[in-house]
Amino acid sequence: MGKDYAYAVARIRGRELALFGQPVMEQLLACKTCGEALRFLADKGWGNPERSLTAENLLEEETKKTWELIGEMVKDMSVFDVFRIGDDYHNLKAAVKLAYTRSGIDRSRVFVSGGRVSPETIEKAAAERDFGSLPEDMGKAGAKAQETLLHTGDGQLCDMMLDRACLEAVYRAGQTAGEEVLKRYSELTVAAADIRIAVRCGKVGKSLDFIRRALAPCGEIDTEVLAHAALSGTESVAGYLENTKYASAAEALRRSPAAFEKWCDDLIMDEIRPQKYNPFTLGPLAAYILARRNEIKCVRMILTGKQNELPDDMIRERLREMYV
Amino acid sequence: MDNVGLILALAGAVSAALFAGIGSAYGVGLAGRAGAGAITENPDLFSKVLILQLLPGTQGIYGLLVAFVTLSQIGLLGGGASEITAGQGLMYLLACLPIAVVGLISAIYQGQTSVAAIGVVTKKPDQFGKAMLFPAMVETYAILALLISILAVFSL
Repeated sequence: MGKDYAYAVARIRGRELALFGQPVMEQLLACKTCGEALRFLADKGWGNPERSLTAENLLEEETKKTWELIGEMVKDMSVFDVFRIGDDYHNLKAAVKLAYTRSGIDRSRVFVSGGRVSPETIEKAAAERDFGSLPEDMGKAGAKAQETLLHTGDGQLCDMMLDRACLEAVYRAGQTAGEEVLKRYSELTVAAADIRIAVRCGKVGKSLDFIRRALAPCGEIDTEVLAHAALSGTESVAGYLENTKYASAAEALRRSPAAFEKWCDDLIMDEIRPQKYNPFTLGPLAAYILARRNEIKCVRMILTGKQNELPDDMIRERLREMYV
Repeated sequence: MDNVGLILALAGAVSAALFAGIGSAYGVGLAGRAGAGAITENPDLFSKVLILQLLPGTQGIYGLLVAFVTLSQIGLLGGGASEITAGQGLMYLLACLPIAVVGLISAIYQGQTSVAAIGVVTKKPDQFGKAMLFPAMVETYAILALLISILAVFSL
């Protein structure tokens, strides 16, 4: 009965009702200040009344609530590693750099919750240069990246190494999870990341060797061809993508960087959406986790936009498609 | 093996109760787990969810009914078993098979359809009437099988 999701999926159906749709996002956008937006969210049940009402606290609480809910329903949380690895590697990058710079920056501003390993464990491992307490892939990647950073002082190279290791870990976790939805998610995540990396590297004139090292192999993108296309610029990348199943990315790439970022997220949501109708698989749970992440990301964008007094249209262009 | 006819007839009655019962237990159990999930989030849905959970339970009742009629026909319920030839026993067994087999399969599918319907009711409680129709459609085939089994047993 380990893979019986009838109970969990029925609960998720109930929780889906509380997800924000476009009208709620428009209401949030209509708030004049960040403070007003935060109060609006608190009225909707976001955050924790016992903590101060700040954007960081609010978003962290919501991430925590999502994983607590999933943890109540699913005994083996390792099937969701594919969603949590990204946060682990984000924290690992932060920890390696903090250990290098010995910065006294507020930890809550750099670490994120939601990963498999607590930020404290990752920070301790990086500070003591002993990565044995981390999962094997993270430990190896962390040690190698830290050594590189100590020898070269090149933070970007360190980031690239950890990003590549992260993509490989996501791909591996998705392919071995035994669930079609997770397999598909990992493929899409790595493909979208590879395209994003190729475009950015092409724009800043990175070498072919750097691009090759940065791109993670995945089933649907020929990384060698993509790396060569990146050398010739965004138009070449768009040209290559037109001949792949990601042809719609080419149009978004030509429009604007923000449109392309939005395409990456919308692609995953579009592919996952049909899964929410299958009540006997992990699909609806995976779709819910993605929907919550998408929702939190959109709220973060709106709050950041409000804090920086950006025009609503500029924020709206960056908002992702909502799940409901 | 003087009573082979009786054994075959009894096997038919047992099959009807056994397989239809297994199907119903599975279907009700599956729908029950989904129902528990639904009322965890919204306890007001209890009555609606309970009806959806009970739908796959009817096959077990149909199986019981056919088994009961068969036992009555062959005289086992009265305490004195009738003289039944092997041919008659085989006919009783065959008569019980529709509800045994269709009961088992339809209860499993009805349970799965009930789970999907519970998902609909959880998200849209006002659509209960429509949602209930989907698992109810599966019931049609269990009723047809019951009809044939009952007619066959009574005709013997």
